[in-house]
Amino acid sequence: MQINRMPQTSWQPEGTVYGTLLNFQREWDIRAPRMSDEPHKAPPKAPVLYVKSANTFNPAGHDLLLEDGIQEVDVGGTLGLVMGEGGQVSAGALLCDWSVPHMSYYRPPIKFRCRDGYLALPLQTTACQALDDWNQLEIEVRLNDAVVQRVRLSSMVRDIATLLADVSEFMSLQPGDVLMVGTDCLPDGTRPKARHGDRVMISAPGFVSLQQTVRLQGGAA
Amino acid sequence: MKHARVAWSGGIHKAIESDGQLWLTQGPHAGRRVGFDEVVWLPPLAPVPQPRTVIALGLNYADHAKELAFKAPEEPLAFMKGEASLIGHKAMTYRPDDVKFMHYECELAVVIGRTACRVKKADAYDFIAGYSVANDYAIRDYLENWYRPNLRVKNRDTCTPIGPWLVDAADVPNPMALKLQTTVNGQVTQSGSTADMIFDVPTLIEYFSSFMTLNPGDLILTGTPDGVVNVNPGDVIVTEIEGIGALTNTIVSS
Repeated sequence: MQINRMPQTSWQPEGTVYGTLLNFQREWDIRAPRMSDEPHKAPPKAPVLYVKSANTFNPAGHDLLLEDGIQEVDVGGTLGLVMGEGGQVSAGALLCDWSVPHMSYYRPPIKFRCRDGYLALPLQTTACQALDDWNQLEIEVRLNDAVVQRVRLSSMVRDIATLLADVSEFMSLQPGDVLMVGTDCLPDGTRPKARHGDRVMISAPGFVSLQQTVRLQGGAA
Repeated sequence: MKHARVAWSGGIHKAIESDGQLWLTQGPHAGRRVGFDEVVWLPPLAPVPQPRTVIALGLNYADHAKELAFKAPEEPLAFMKGEASLIGHKAMTYRPDDVKFMHYECELAVVIGRTACRVKKADAYDFIAGYSVANDYAIRDYLENWYRPNLRVKNRDTCTPIGPWLVDAADVPNPMALKLQTTVNGQVTQSGSTADMIFDVPTLIEYFSSFMTLNPGDLILTGTPDGVVNVNPGDVIVTEIEGIGALTNTIVSS
C-alpha cells in the first residue's frame, strides 16, 4: 500500500543556491555607461554569480528579521531553477532574494546577501514542464497588497537556456542546486525596499506564492 | 587524531591515521588497516543536513596582498564557493587549454564543530572541530572586477582539493603558528606561516558569525601567502601545512 503524504515541512533547497547579478536588461542599460570605469574596467563577460548560503534559508511562515541597525532591505523577487539530474532543470520556485542595499558590485556581497534569513522560500516548488515557457513568466511583487514591481523574465540579458549554458561552462550544477535567474531593478536603478512591518508577496502564474513580513529586531508587531 | 573519508572495496568509509596506514573505524570493515595507496581519498568532511557553507578569504596575508598589488583590506575580503568544487587528496584538477595563468593557493581550512552565532573572539576556538589543508586554485585569465573574485575564477569543478586529513582541533594547540609550503614537482614555490594572517582564525569566526550562523561542517578557507606561480598539465602540486597534512594534486589538460 502506498500512502501519499503532504510534506510535513516547507521546501528547502538541498544543494547550493546561486544568484545571478545584472541579468535584467534595464539594470544592465543603466549601468552600461560606467561599466568600463574604475574599479570594473570592463563590462562583465561571464555570468556574475553569488552564493546564498544555508543560513539564509527562510522557510515559509517565518518573518525576515532586520538586525544590527539595518532599517530596510531590497526586495528581490526572482525565479529559482531547481536542478535535477544531468544539468536539467527539474522544478522552479519563486524566491525573495533579500539584500542589504548596495550600489557597488566590485567585491563579493556576503555581508549584504548572506545574512541569516535573507532568502525567503515558498512552501513548495513547481515541477518543470516546458522550461522555455518560463522565459515569458511575469513575477508580481506586492508590498502591503500594492503591486510595486512586475518582473518580466522576457527582459533577461541571458534567457534561461543561455544562462544555464554559460554557467555550466565553468561549474556543474548538481542535483538539488538552485540557480536564481536574477532580480530586476526599478526605472531609477534601485530595487523595491521593505521596512519594519511591511508584508511582501511574490507571485506568478503556476507557482506557489511566497509571503514574508519584515520585522525590526526588538520592534513591536 | 587525523580523520579521513575514503572509498575502498566498494564503499565509503571513515578512517583514522594509524602508524602510516588508514584504520577503518566503522562499517563491515571496522578495525581493518589499509594502505594510503589502496584507497580513493575523499574530502575529509562528513555529510551535512543542509548545503555546506564554504567561505574563502582573499588577500588575508599581507605579503600576498602586496604581490597582487593591493593594500591590505580593512575588513575580511571573503567570497563563497559551492561544495561541488571540493575534491579529495591525490585527485586531478582540470586546467583549460587556453589559459595563461592558473595558480594554486595553499590554505589552512577551518572546519566548524558547533553552531556558531555571534561568537566572541575569545570563545572562537570552542567552535572549531578541526583543520585541514585546502588548495584554492584560481585561474586569473577569467578574473573580472564584478563581485571579484568572481565564481568563474574560484568556483570551478575540481579546483578546490581538500585533505587528506581533518585533524582534531585538540591536536593543534596553536593554529596561528603553522608553517605552510607548496611544492611544484618537488620544488618549493610558496612558503609562509599562518602567523602572518591579517585576520586570524578567531577574528574570522567572530566576524562571520556576527551576521551569519555557521553550522557544523561549514568551512572557512583562510587565504594564502605569497608565492603563487603558474602550473601546467602534468605538474604535481603538494600543499602542506605543518601538523595538518600534505595535500597532493595533479594538473591535467581539459
